[in-house]
Amino acid sequence: MSEKKLKYVGTRPIRHDGVDKVLGKANFGADLNLPGMLHGKILRSPHAHAKIISINTAKAEALDGVLAVITGDDFPPPPSGKGSVEGPQDFGDMARNVMAREKALYTGHAIAAVAATTTRIAEIALKAIEVEYEVLEPVMTLERALAPDAPILHEEMRAKGEEPLPEGPTNVATRTVMGFGDVDEGFSSADVVVEREFTTETVHQGYIEPHAVVARSISDGRAEVYCCTQGQFMVRKYCSKVLDMDPTQIKVTASEIGGGFGGKTVVYAEPVSIVLARKSGRPVKIVMSREEVFIATGPTSGSHIRVKIGVKNDGTITAADATLNYEAGAFKGSPVMAGMMTIFSPYRMDHVRIEGFDVVVNKPKVAAYRAPGAPMAAFATEGVMDELASQLGMDPVDLRLVNAVKEGDTAAYGPKFKVHGFIDTLQAVKNHPHYKAPLGPNQGRGIACGFWFNAGMQSSANVILNEDGNATVVTGNPDIGGSRTSMALMAAEELGIPVDKIRPVVADTESVGYSDLTGGSRVTFATGMAVVEAAKDVVRQLRERAAQTWDVSVDDVEWRDGHAVAMNGHADDHEPLSVAALAGSAAKTGGPISGRASLNARGPGPGFATHICDVEVDKETGRVSVLRYTAVQDVGRAIHPSYVEGQMQGGAVQGIGWALNEAYMYDEKGKLQNPSFLDYRMPVASDMPMIDTVIVEVPNPTHPYGVRGVGETPIVPPLPAVAHAVNQATGVRFRSLPISPPRVLAALDD
Amino acid sequence: MSTKPVEGLQAISVTVNGEDYTALAEPRMLLSDFLRHECGLTGTHVGCEQGVCGACTVRVDGAIVRSCLTFAISVAGSKIDTVEGMAKANELHPVQAAFQEEHGLQCGFCTPGFLLTVQDLLEKIPSPTDQEIREHLSGNVCRCTGYQGIMAAVRSAAQKMQT
Ligand code: FES
Ligand code: FES
Repeated sequence: MSEKKLKYVGTRPIRHDGVDKVLGKANFGADLNLPGMLHGKILRSPHAHAKIISINTAKAEALDGVLAVITGDDFPPPPSGKGSVEGPQDFGDMARNVMAREKALYTGHAIAAVAATTTRIAEIALKAIEVEYEVLEPVMTLERALAPDAPILHEEMRAKGEEPLPEGPTNVATRTVMGFGDVDEGFSSADVVVEREFTTETVHQGYIEPHAVVARSISDGRAEVYCCTQGQFMVRKYCSKVLDMDPTQIKVTASEIGGGFGGKTVVYAEPVSIVLARKSGRPVKIVMSREEVFIATGPTSGSHIRVKIGVKNDGTITAADATLNYEAGAFKGSPVMAGMMTIFSPYRMDHVRIEGFDVVVNKPKVAAYRAPGAPMAAFATEGVMDELASQLGMDPVDLRLVNAVKEGDTAAYGPKFKVHGFIDTLQAVKNHPHYKAPLGPNQGRGIACGFWFNAGMQSSANVILNEDGNATVVTGNPDIGGSRTSMALMAAEELGIPVDKIRPVVADTESVGYSDLTGGSRVTFATGMAVVEAAKDVVRQLRERAAQTWDVSVDDVEWRDGHAVAMNGHADDHEPLSVAALAGSAAKTGGPISGRASLNARGPGPGFATHICDVEVDKETGRVSVLRYTAVQDVGRAIHPSYVEGQMQGGAVQGIGWALNEAYMYDEKGKLQNPSFLDYRMPVASDMPMIDTVIVEVPNPTHPYGVRGVGETPIVPPLPAVAHAVNQATGVRFRSLPISPPRVLAALDD
Repeated sequence: MSTKPVEGLQAISVTVNGEDYTALAEPRMLLSDFLRHECGLTGTHVGCEQGVCGACTVRVDGAIVRSCLTFAISVAGSKIDTVEGMAKANELHPVQAAFQEEHGLQCGFCTPGFLLTVQDLLEKIPSPTDQEIREHLSGNVCRCTGYQGIMAAVRSAAQKMQT
């Protein structure tokens, strides 16, 4: 960690992509049109759970203007066996999610698709496809899914980790247990024990840009894809798995992306458009409607969590125990594991047991959503902590201070913490004027903490020095929250040239080395590391060129503020050479100068946050208004403080929406009742107060500038912070989200 | 099933950002589709086609309109302004400049709709209070920013436009 004064890192330049975006010239997923392009539409199941008996596409195919109709039969068999599972992704499930085979598993599941000369014809063609279903009872809740007589979604599913393994099929994909110590012993030494149950509903990421893709099939079997995604390399890999192609046969270009929050980390329409393009011989564009986004993409899990915590009278935790049930949607793979790994991690404990169940239900397969799995876990733990604080008569921040994990403590999920700023966030909250501000009638204040691991993983970067002395920084990560400018800031710092002389670009899969997707709050950390290394590579070459020019040893050349400076007695003989001078003479000193780095970044550094929320509850209408909100977070180092604040504010507001209003509402047949922004209400400006931010900087020692991931942690504390504020205002503990007006009224009536 | 599903096309003329456009369109063609596909002006974004998110906001004869709920044919002969027409002679409109400078955008997908809504607000109320800003913007959804950068941008734009 260099202690030298930073010139560019930590400043707030205007974003490089800003002009195009305010001019309306930035190209998003739906903005590309190709000559001869067709429009694709997807037929979606009207049933939440049904066997597909037959699909007859003859009438659709006969329509004028229809050039291709496809069903599951037009795809290769879903991958199975070796290579079909990678981390949390099961490509067999993914193939079946992209296009249903034997069964429709949620309302909205893709059954068939068409490509036609106009969207209107494509819509008419969808209606002409005849599907015969055998409708089955839908499984819409965790309770129903776990009942002994529950209908089974996947006949081959056995609860992995269940002992003994049940003989028949179940809706539990996995049972996992972790922990250490002896919880019974821990609870027996507690003075106060609180045990509670919490539920949250299915919610959607709610990015404003619907999924959109254009695919082109090339005669030699290759495919080109243009789409809005959090990872062009992810799209390449997943399409190659689902379509049994070599990754090299697929080129993916990421458009500008209109939000994702984790929801654009998997494929939906991308493989469908490739198959349609191949069958029709024409480029095919698919743009989802908002309703399709709601019923067939995202969301994140509904959950049921039981938490039990025991404390001494001084607040010290003696033991903690939790059971988490998360809905995975139609295919296994909920974020229950991340929920388990975060649920007790902010606190030190000697005895802990955590059990989690990954449960399938007839809803869309969940996708990542900002700190996937953590907000609901924090809702439960923080809820119990808040209740413990009031039972002990302790200030809720003080109770956290007694138990907060420090450097060297063992996290409840195993590893030891390195240096972090959790306690600093708690102290900042205690010292913040907001924490002591007076409250009026029907008003309440809540605080809550949040933890997220953050990710490292693989990234690549090229830093190319141009003949004018400016630089191009090329990475493979779609810019979802300002990362291009953050990359440019770090490159500027290394090279010593102003940030506006650097052009950061997001390259396609054929123009930069492999990069894992934009997610896990990893880009400024991991891709930033690659950019710094690539820039150092450039600086090394610049020093060599200067040494060559001056005929001195490279050890006698230092890089200082954008210049090669002669050292060790040579200083008087040579004027420093600027980047521009060295770039201009590059042809004579050995040719173009560019640096590259590809790495697998380790040690991302955890993110901790503490939030303060004030609400007022209207006892007539049950409406909860957020009056004031302060988010405090350890960000390691803010490369671009405005974007850090933007992440903190945006995450907080998403969390507030989750706490107060957002929820999927299904009818008993499993049809989503609110697949529109009108009925799935996300916060608008008039719902929100000013969100204050306090940036705490405890540098992450593994990153050259001390960066920790920032983007996800801010959505973790709001769920409990809002609930605690409502409790103080009303005296009612809400343990089920959302805390919507009807629920508030009902609770106040009791 | 008929093999000719396309309904009759109709010529529609409008003025968009001062330029005349005439295109053949189905009677049910939406203004958002007309602008995006017939005029090639893809700065008007479609986020919900349900009239809720405001990403598709344009101005028709000065009035704020959701182009995803408006049939193109119903505005034939009108003057339409889209985000592409805000900057004049390579100079950003003060609202555009303020959104850039005050970090009023993250992904930028909602931005064109906000820009036109804010332009309309500041024409009506040159120095709005925070409450007035929040209320005027309540028909536009931004999922990224939490609205703080947007609020700052509106205040800054109001100041720019007074001087
Ligand atoms: S697209 Fe028109 S309001 Fe959302
Ligand atoms: S900036 Fe992404 S929706 Fe507003």
